Amino acid sequence: MDPYRAAAAGTRPERRGWLSVDANLAATDRTVHAADAPSYVDVTGSEIVFVLIGVITLGAALLCVTSRNVVRAALWLVVALGGLAGLYLVLTAELVAIVQILIYVGAVVVLLLFGLMVTKAPIGHQPDLNTANRPVAIVVGVAAFGLLVAALIDAFRFAYLDLDVFGQGSPETIGRALFGSWVLPFEVLSVLLLAALIGAIALTRRDVGADGRR
Amino acid sequence: MHLLYPLIVSAGLFSIGLYGLLARRNLVLVLMSVELMLGAVSLNLVAFDVWLTDALRSGQVLTLMVIALTAAEVGLGLAIVLQLFRQRATSSIDDLDTLTEPR
Repeated sequence: MDPYRAAAAGTRPERRGWLSVDANLAATDRTVHAADAPSYVDVTGSEIVFVLIGVITLGAALLCVTSRNVVRAALWLVVALGGLAGLYLVLTAELVAIVQILIYVGAVVVLLLFGLMVTKAPIGHQPDLNTANRPVAIVVGVAAFGLLVAALIDAFRFAYLDLDVFGQGSPETIGRALFGSWVLPFEVLSVLLLAALIGAIALTRRDVGADGRR
Repeated sequence: MHLLYPLIVSAGLFSIGLYGLLARRNLVLVLMSVELMLGAVSLNLVAFDVWLTDALRSGQVLTLMVIALTAAEVGLGLAIVLQLFRQRATSSIDDLDTLTEPR
């Protein structure tokens, strides 16, 4: 039983360290057999929604990497990352979806647009946004996709997600996991963010030269 | 839902990001392709977390950390791009060839 649901039901949850292996035993036990998986012909509603949002996400991503206008590329990135948040919602990861919209669409894309403005990237139609590597890049991308899909189909043909479990991505569940089991990585991450912040300021200041003189 | 749906969308997103990473000339556009690849990895993490119904929620927690790391990565990456732009007056990776072998 999920320790957090056990806690909600009033029973005492099992104590589990954040590095303990036995917490995952039940999960790794999960067998991938043909017998217990529904067939691909019975398409469920969530699968239809997932495929629709997935097509939007992939299309926007493709337009993002092929657009000849840098600002449009950034705006297609907004659509792709927003679609990704929709996919997280279909997979019942509510908190991750909200954080994705807040940080990616709210902060990261704005930062990228700032970067485009600050480096005086020519706004508007541009014929030479791609390098001469483009044919090689197409071959590598298609080959990576083919290899990945072949390997994934071979490995996870019969794996089936149960989306009917209540609250497995809710803020309460993730918050308990994040500030219970994962609190040390969380704190390390905040130190890393601080270091990145200071590094970014130090890199972009004009009044401090490379040799430290003012 | 079959696990293959999220996995294949994720593989597609990763390949598109890989293409953009290799084909784009502008440094900021290269950073955008890295974002797409990180998004693909996050989708994988969430899908496997939901599939394994992990008690510690490691997949979703790691996704949150990847999102925070991405914010740090973009901030630092843009600082480097900005500094390069100030020194070389370009953000095209074709012009940043100081380290290439002389032919």
